[in-house]
Amino acid sequence: MTQATEVLVPTSPDEAAAAFGDGSGVTVIGGGTIVMPEITYGRLKVGKALLLGKAGLSGVSRNGGTVTIGAATPIADLVDLPPPLGPCAANVADGEIRAQATLGGNVCAGPGPDAPRGDLQGPLLALDATARSTGPGGERSEPLESFLDDRAGRLLLDVSFGEPAAGAFAALDYPHTHEYTVLAVSGARGADGAVRLAATGLADHARTLSGDPDAAASEVRLGDDALASGWYRQQVLPVLVRRVLADLEEAR
Amino acid sequence: MNLTVNGVAHEVESGPLTSLLDVLREELAITSPKAGCEQGGCGACTVLVDGVARRSCLTPVASVQGTEITTVEGLGSPSDLSPLQQAFTHHYAAQCGFCTSGMMLAAQAYIDGGGSDGHEAIQEAIAGHVCRCTGYVKIIDAIAAVARGDEFDLTVTASSAGMVNLGGAV
Repeated sequence: MTQATEVLVPTSPDEAAAAFGDGSGVTVIGGGTIVMPEITYGRLKVGKALLLGKAGLSGVSRNGGTVTIGAATPIADLVDLPPPLGPCAANVADGEIRAQATLGGNVCAGPGPDAPRGDLQGPLLALDATARSTGPGGERSEPLESFLDDRAGRLLLDVSFGEPAAGAFAALDYPHTHEYTVLAVSGARGADGAVRLAATGLADHARTLSGDPDAAASEVRLGDDALASGWYRQQVLPVLVRRVLADLEEAR
Repeated sequence: MNLTVNGVAHEVESGPLTSLLDVLREELAITSPKAGCEQGGCGACTVLVDGVARRSCLTPVASVQGTEITTVEGLGSPSDLSPLQQAFTHHYAAQCGFCTSGMMLAAQAYIDGGGSDGHEAIQEAIAGHVCRCTGYVKIIDAIAAVARGDEFDLTVTASSAGMVNLGGAV
């Protein structure tokens, strides 16, 4: 049975940031859906754990066309949001997992041992989201893409984005006995008319796409795992891109 | 730490990051939540936390302090089965039984939330639960029956009442 030497349960965002400090030696637990199996199976030894459930980092708020979502918000709370985020959230695992897993855990997840993770990274990239985090050097806000490239040692506090004029989401179905998305494409048209697309189910984290279906497979790294081969993903990615572009066009 | 399970308060000695599943099974000897995959994939360990269906294998026990935990042992007793337990019996909705307690608690949360007898909605409610015997049809029938408010005579099972002879040697 694994014992943490220290378990902290902050009751406010400030307490969470102070407890996280520079992140050194801290294991952050949001819903626990990713971390708990690692602890139970002994693959992760925890020195200091930060439980975020009571840290006041949960909730969806709107202010002047900007949507802000706290990192500890359960994925279930996102399923009724407009596309691409809502349908993507509804595609994550099953209802019980969605009620437990958090946006922060999903966004910060690295690829799993046998499947990609981080479904919500795709729609948030398409929405040109900003990530607010704390860690070494204090608090900072940056485009999600740069946060994803350099998120180790950071505690995500929230993400925010402008409400899109239109959005679309397309994903390959996954089998009942497996919970991870094989491949998905998200698209959003911003208030300025600009269209952004992003894919999840890639070899590392989600990436933005140019929007050219024929170029999509060469713009990202597609891996082989238990769910699908890289070759299969290459064949299907252009189809999903075309589907999202068609849905965005239809939403005009 | 203090934990209330099926209305009984317990003082728990396990470490704060021990899974709720391990605490229930190993420390409190409440064995209806099953240790299946222990990574959130099968649903056999599902319990109710303040009425919400939750995978106990993914839940650090420290996060549920002060909540009410319900397992199958808290739904009814052998002499006074809950409506869902009656329905599972009547519809013969358990085969090997490994998934049954998780299925039943997911179903209880669904019924308590005002769930209908629509098969599609029930399928969605138990989507995270794997039945290794693939006995989903009878499980869904049992949940739908409770959603409709059916009452059961447990001296007659649904399968014997509506038995179809498919032929062949026995």
